[in-house]
Amino acid sequence: MKRNRTRRLAAKRYLSTIVITFFLLCAAALAQDLASFEKRITVKKLPNGLTILICQRSEAPVFSFFTLVDTGSAQDPMGQTGMAHMFEHMAFKGTDKIGTTDYAAEKPALAKVETAYAAYRAERDKSVGQDAAKLKQLEQAWKDAIAAADKFVKPNEFGKLIEANGGENMNANTSYDETAYHYALPENRLELWAYLESERFLHPVLREFYKERNVVIEERRMRTDSNPIGRLLEQFTAAAFEAHPYHRPTVGWMADLNSFSATEAQEFFDRYYVPSNMVVAIAGDINPATAMPILEKYFGRLPAKSLPDEITTTEPPQNSERRVVLKEKSQPLYLEGYHRPDYRSKDDAVFDAISDLMSEGRTSRLYRSLVRDKKIAAFSAGFSGLPGTKYPHLFAFYAFPLPGHTPKEVADGIHAEIERLKKEDISDDELKMIKTRAKAGLVRGLADNEGLATQLATYQTRYGDWRELFRSVDRIDQVTKADIRRVANATFVDTNRTVGVIETNSAGGGEQAEQGPSVADDQGGAQ
Amino acid sequence: MKTSTTKAASLLIALLALSMLPRAGAQATSWKQITIPPLHNFKPQQPKRIELSNGMVIFLQEDHELPLIDGTARIRGGSRNEPKAKVGLVDIYSETWRTGGTKAQTGDQLDDFLEVRAAKVETGGSTDSTTVSFSCLKGDLDDVFKVFNDLLQHPEFRADKIDLAQKEAFDGISRRNDQAGEIAQRELVKLAYGPDNPYASVPEYATVSAVTRQDLLDWHAKYVHPNNIILGVTGDFDSAAMEARLRAAFDSWPKGPALPKDEFQYTPAKPGYYVVPKDDVNQSSIHLVALGTTRDNPDYYALSVFNEAFGGGFSSRLFNDIRTRRGLAYSVGGGVGTNFGHPGILQIAMGTKSESTAEAIQAAIGDVANLSKDPFSADLPARLARQDSCRAHDLRVLRLSSRLARQISVGDQESYSG
Repeated sequence: MKRNRTRRLAAKRYLSTIVITFFLLCAAALAQDLASFEKRITVKKLPNGLTILICQRSEAPVFSFFTLVDTGSAQDPMGQTGMAHMFEHMAFKGTDKIGTTDYAAEKPALAKVETAYAAYRAERDKSVGQDAAKLKQLEQAWKDAIAAADKFVKPNEFGKLIEANGGENMNANTSYDETAYHYALPENRLELWAYLESERFLHPVLREFYKERNVVIEERRMRTDSNPIGRLLEQFTAAAFEAHPYHRPTVGWMADLNSFSATEAQEFFDRYYVPSNMVVAIAGDINPATAMPILEKYFGRLPAKSLPDEITTTEPPQNSERRVVLKEKSQPLYLEGYHRPDYRSKDDAVFDAISDLMSEGRTSRLYRSLVRDKKIAAFSAGFSGLPGTKYPHLFAFYAFPLPGHTPKEVADGIHAEIERLKKEDISDDELKMIKTRAKAGLVRGLADNEGLATQLATYQTRYGDWRELFRSVDRIDQVTKADIRRVANATFVDTNRTVGVIETNSAGGGEQAEQGPSVADDQGGAQ
Repeated sequence: MKTSTTKAASLLIALLALSMLPRAGAQATSWKQITIPPLHNFKPQQPKRIELSNGMVIFLQEDHELPLIDGTARIRGGSRNEPKAKVGLVDIYSETWRTGGTKAQTGDQLDDFLEVRAAKVETGGSTDSTTVSFSCLKGDLDDVFKVFNDLLQHPEFRADKIDLAQKEAFDGISRRNDQAGEIAQRELVKLAYGPDNPYASVPEYATVSAVTRQDLLDWHAKYVHPNNIILGVTGDFDSAAMEARLRAAFDSWPKGPALPKDEFQYTPAKPGYYVVPKDDVNQSSIHLVALGTTRDNPDYYALSVFNEAFGGGFSSRLFNDIRTRRGLAYSVGGGVGTNFGHPGILQIAMGTKSESTAEAIQAAIGDVANLSKDPFSADLPARLARQDSCRAHDLRVLRLSSRLARQISVGDQESYSG
């Protein structure tokens, strides 16, 4: 069912993208594979603290890499939500040698932009005594300074260089927990890549900052403001977390996006883009014996610095249910989340088992109960990692009610399945299925360079040892029926619950109001 | 790299590379100083092609890196061939083909049988074809292949699963106007191809309700014949043994009647602004569209170069103008679309805040107009060719990652070349 499935999976994926790292953590392994990987993987921690992993895989003359910076939006400073993500965009703007016609002249021009912006912002944000004429003049001065600095820009030279050398899937992403940069190149570009990737973090130049800020604002409009599920998730997360930074959106609040400066972005970079906070994993046709000296040479240039102490508030225990209800023109959605400990918890594998049991495929309990038997939902699942995994987070359940059925009905359906989990042991077959699937899932995840680089960097960062990727099979294997009941009883309690609902308001659709093909209003020819 | 000879070759390359160790000396201070050594020799293995006497085409490609085997059968005929009154038939068919089970086992029984082995047998459908695929650990091949073959030849389309699939289709219809981008995607196809073109057809409550079990059985009887199927299998197997297994399963399957060639009319909308108002968003989803062309157009390669330069990645004009220079959009791109067997859609797509909708459209139109005034630099084709040759290798490896994708792409070359 391509049409429906695309839509359903898109929604599912939307919820899941926030927790992509978690799904990596879900994977478990065939223990005998560890030995073969041990031979193919080289790890080196450089004197400056940066860790490099190389996994040799000579199937074709290319490699993929994954640079993981263990800083995400949870580290955004107060008043600067969206900063980690904003810097990720700026990391494609080049260096003092790439992206400029004359850096000696561009540098003071960029400094003038910052001075002008600071003056404009100070006047703009005055709560008392703002001078409208002065504000207009300061805004113009800021725009003039931008125009002067832009004269030295070679637009997108950094990205163009990568593309001209065969770069593929060039991208980066920012989550609550981390920021990652990745693409693939032909193997003979290794040294060029080592230069570019280290240079981008050695001499970043935050040119075209305020135009890129507008691009990020459009990204926010696309993902959050113009998307009912995006709007729900933002409000839901804000309600579930009151003290921990998980309560803020990764993309940033609109007011902060319209406020922060390139100077503040540089401060953020200086604080967190520290070699000891970074892991670079490479998988592909790369010989570690020849490659490691090249990588050391370039990445070793990053100056060692100490990482600032972690300052986050621990989320206090929740003692009453919280509810967020959005009245939308779109069709209904039900979502609920329960606080659980972070990924290092001894029960992490138990949560993995519960997620698999409840959600995986047509044998899953939520599918069989809500979709197949009760016929009240088009899709339903439960998963960890909302909105991250590094800190205590949520185990969430959700369902899309079928036409004619309500969020209340699917909530009751989910709760019935949770009660069953608390009261009855799962079957031997179910437990066996979970463990087999975990093993197969890991094997399937080892089949490509990109996935390998991602997983190695993630496990090295999260556990300090990539081998945990393979050892996680043992943790899943040790999960017992009693563990599942114990964790379900401790976690899925109504006072520990936050509920998010999209209700269709009267002006919106519903089955009858659906008008089929939308109106296409021909307003006359353009030619 | 699975055979011992290629292992030996990669070892040799490793030894050669080791001998080049001294080059780690100098450190470049500019990317221009970095020399690019020749690329490692790369001769990707070709899949083995087998044609059975009943017309079924089979591709086999061994890949012993992991203990997995994947296969997909692709069958000509898709939603473009649905009757107007039953749009959605292929959606229902491709879902219930699997969930409705086989004559011997219900879909639920198949679920239990496969999941305990962490194996998959799934069916799917698209505009021009349907598929049955499997994926399993190699030790489970006997069990899983039996299900795959049974489903291919003896599906049952049980009524309870048809009811379920229809309910899900209704849900899809009810949700299809929830997001602006989805509305635009649906409507632009109607503008490019014409509202009556089968590629633009959209299921409605009535057309989905009209689909009966007999329709699904009739569809299966009409399309699923060995001479209408391409089967690709990749993974950790021996080709000779796999060929024997497939011949034993399919050699005696009688050939079916040849299907008539499809002829469709394309009637693009007249130039103009077509607007779908939506008041619960603050961003417009904008698509400038026209009819594209077919994959066999002699200008296909010129168009590929053009698409990359005009609307591809970081280097493209649209990205540099609309996103980087003007800051008007996060997502922007476009090009002349091509398809096997039918024209693609020419499209420039972007999302911008509601108030800059007109400005963004003007900018995109300006970028199109500039094409004749400001031609691409002369080195462009060479530069892109370099990028493309790198990319060809790269795509290979990315595809190797997903055996399924590679194998389907192998099948596609044949299934759509006619």
